[in-house]
Amino acid sequence: MPDRSAFWNFLLGRLSLSSLPLHNSIVVGTFIVVAIGGAAVLGLVTWHRKWGYLWREWFTSVDHKKLGIMYMIFATVMLFRGFADAIMMRSQQAIAFGSNMGYLPPHHYDQIFTAHGAIMIFFVAMAYIVGLMNFAVPLQIGARDVAFPFLNNFSFWLTVSGGMLFMASLFIGDFSHAGWLGYPPVSELQQSPGPGVDYYIWGLQLSGLGTLLTGINFVVTIIKLRAPGMTLMKMPMFTWTSLATSGLIVVTFPILTATLFLLSLDRYIGTHFFTNGFGGNVMMYINLIWIWGHPEVYILILPLFGVYSEIVSTFSGKRLFGYSSMVYATVSIMILSYLVWLHHFFTMGSGADVNSFFALTTMMISIPTGVKIFNWLFTMYRGRVNFDVPMLWTMGFLLTFTIGGMTGVMLSVAPADFLLHNSLFLVAHFHNVIIGGVVFGVFAGINYWFPKAFGFRLDPFWGKLSFWFWQIGFWVAFGPLYVLGLMGVTRRLSHFTDPSLQIWFIIAAFGAFLILLGIAAFVIQIVVSIRRREALAVGNDPWGGRTLEWAASSPPPPYNFAFIPRVHERDTWTDMKESGYQRPLQGFNDIHMPKSTAAGMVLSGLGFVFGFAMVWYIWWLAALSFVALIVAAIVHTFNYDRDGHISADEVSEFEHSGNWEPKARGAIA
Amino acid sequence: MNTIAIDRSPSEPRQFLCREEEHPRNGTLLGFWLYLMSDCFIFAALFACNAVLGTNYAGGPSARDVLDLHGLAVNTALLLVSSVTFGFAMLEMARRRNRAMLGWLAVSGVLAAVFVGLEIHEFVGMIAEGAGPDRSAFLSSFFTLVGTHGLHVTVGILWLIVLMVQLARHGLTEANRRRLYCLSMFWHFLDLVWVGVFSYVYLVGVLR
Repeated sequence: MPDRSAFWNFLLGRLSLSSLPLHNSIVVGTFIVVAIGGAAVLGLVTWHRKWGYLWREWFTSVDHKKLGIMYMIFATVMLFRGFADAIMMRSQQAIAFGSNMGYLPPHHYDQIFTAHGAIMIFFVAMAYIVGLMNFAVPLQIGARDVAFPFLNNFSFWLTVSGGMLFMASLFIGDFSHAGWLGYPPVSELQQSPGPGVDYYIWGLQLSGLGTLLTGINFVVTIIKLRAPGMTLMKMPMFTWTSLATSGLIVVTFPILTATLFLLSLDRYIGTHFFTNGFGGNVMMYINLIWIWGHPEVYILILPLFGVYSEIVSTFSGKRLFGYSSMVYATVSIMILSYLVWLHHFFTMGSGADVNSFFALTTMMISIPTGVKIFNWLFTMYRGRVNFDVPMLWTMGFLLTFTIGGMTGVMLSVAPADFLLHNSLFLVAHFHNVIIGGVVFGVFAGINYWFPKAFGFRLDPFWGKLSFWFWQIGFWVAFGPLYVLGLMGVTRRLSHFTDPSLQIWFIIAAFGAFLILLGIAAFVIQIVVSIRRREALAVGNDPWGGRTLEWAASSPPPPYNFAFIPRVHERDTWTDMKESGYQRPLQGFNDIHMPKSTAAGMVLSGLGFVFGFAMVWYIWWLAALSFVALIVAAIVHTFNYDRDGHISADEVSEFEHSGNWEPKARGAIA
Repeated sequence: MNTIAIDRSPSEPRQFLCREEEHPRNGTLLGFWLYLMSDCFIFAALFACNAVLGTNYAGGPSARDVLDLHGLAVNTALLLVSSVTFGFAMLEMARRRNRAMLGWLAVSGVLAAVFVGLEIHEFVGMIAEGAGPDRSAFLSSFFTLVGTHGLHVTVGILWLIVLMVQLARHGLTEANRRRLYCLSMFWHFLDLVWVGVFSYVYLVGVLR
């Protein structure tokens, strides 16, 4: 740090001009692109005078559908960031052989793989599943909103401010290089004195709190707000899996919070939880973080299992095969996921007994998962399967995920894991299940529910193109990593000496390029669909849906249902259609709805300032924003006037709107 | 979940809509209870740390050297009595006697404040003796677990003050009753955690 007066040190903490990575041309280039893009977006919004609209209708909205859509947009933006990291790593590894050191020095490369992992899990996968849950669950259970609409808005903005801290690290200072889980001792102050790990900690603390509140919110929503008659065993499968995921969030995210809190104490006040000296225990951290981390991967995959279940039964035109076994399988996975964390470090050396226990519980998870796979296959059996885009993603998932699951069983064999631990085989395995399971499911879900959200479907041609690029690109990118992993190549290397390996890395980079085309096709699909929205317009039920969300108009009105539905059978909407249900067009009542509020944005904004001040040791700002946070929260509790009304006339207007019918004829192939 | 009987007589067509509005009950209490359970997991992680690191003295003072069991008895008594007085406040709430309720709430708040004050005194004394949280892993885990509990009590006191202002201003409205129920759960929950702290960290601590 250059010499400067005590005043500036007080004012700016350890932040200085040298914190800006001006020496790094890649970061400067990225900054210029982001700055131009950001200025263009802000300029367009200003030009079209949309700030007031965005503020009133979106940012301060407590409507679960709008929050769901905002989560999806946020996740997509973060996907671009995370994928840019991926393609940089793949190209570095494809060229950095022998005397060629590639274009990324190790210090930069380490930050990239850390950022890639953390962003893809916390801000892409998590934001996508929370977005889908937000959009679909209240509609599926026939509710008007979630149990705590304000908290829902607050959760969203907490997630965004955590993501913003991650993004800030790109241009101010640097990011953690300690891997996506921040293992000590590398993440301790002695080895990582810079702001990187602190960015990581505070970004995750903010977004983790948001996720915890979402988990509580959805458990209460699903337990308390189901339409009359919808017993637990009549809930749609996606609602069941969302309940299981929310339950897992409630019991695991506090452990992440506690673990990162302990790491931050080590870094800020010099405690000795995970240090090498003074009695600290590094393996404590590894155990704690995986007690959160393993259930986390099931938090990610379970809602997508729900999405696949909805899609398979809708696109096969049949009831879901083995509904109750599906429920029991979901709950078994939820419980077992808490009992397997040690398989991430069999090499800790905890002995044969402990390793055997965790190996067996890990293998056991494949049983309920297998049950699910067979249920989906039997649902398709003798169905009249419609191979539209959501179904393609589902079929791609069935194949890809099953293979990923089998390599997982290989890794669960503790002695084999001693060889495969931290190898590229492991990297290939978890991308196999996360891309093949979570990402494919997210795209299936987007294609499935998009018409419900906007009243027109996504263009099928570009959707199919996106699917095939992803599907083929995935195997070209990760097949070679399986091979390399079996040869013993370890992960997180920025340079190799053995030239015989290079061809595999070149193939993998080509695969990443194919995936890039898949992402591009997805973006084009959205743009093309918006431009052709008249021709792609749909009514309230474009797929022949079976669950309640298809009983609402597309897009649904703010209150979802003019009258709360009454449930008799499992596939409620199918039951209603078969019984000749007629939508009422009169006799509406006033509807009670929560008011919009800016409190969530204010609190999260202050949280961001607090996090930033803590990262840079700007103590006065940290104290100030912390006090402001508490005062703002208290002021919010003095607001008792949180409800508004939608009058019967307005309801009638919505119910007679054109959102029930396709706006143009011949839209659906 | 309120169960609703669905009548199905064969002659009558099934109704698919509810003409009356349903208002779900006690969603907030369930949500708050879930929050408390999640908080339990934070404490579980901190207890686990204490279990693993509790004898890692690193050449520094042991639990027997630094923990004061006499002060502990006073502290524990204060917190447990404050739980009882909070219970009295809830009884007065049920009888709708506003002033008596506010009185008992104030007593609970003062008892908890003395508890926090004594804890700070204990911490300051230990740090002055060179037994601060940076001395050894044992002391790190001790300060963090006891301090996190103390922080929760402090937040509870702040919440209590805010809620007393709101109760004085708006009386026992439905929203305020709900808030008081939540704070009451929080208060008793912290008591329960303290029983764990006192028996495991202090009593087992000095024995091992």
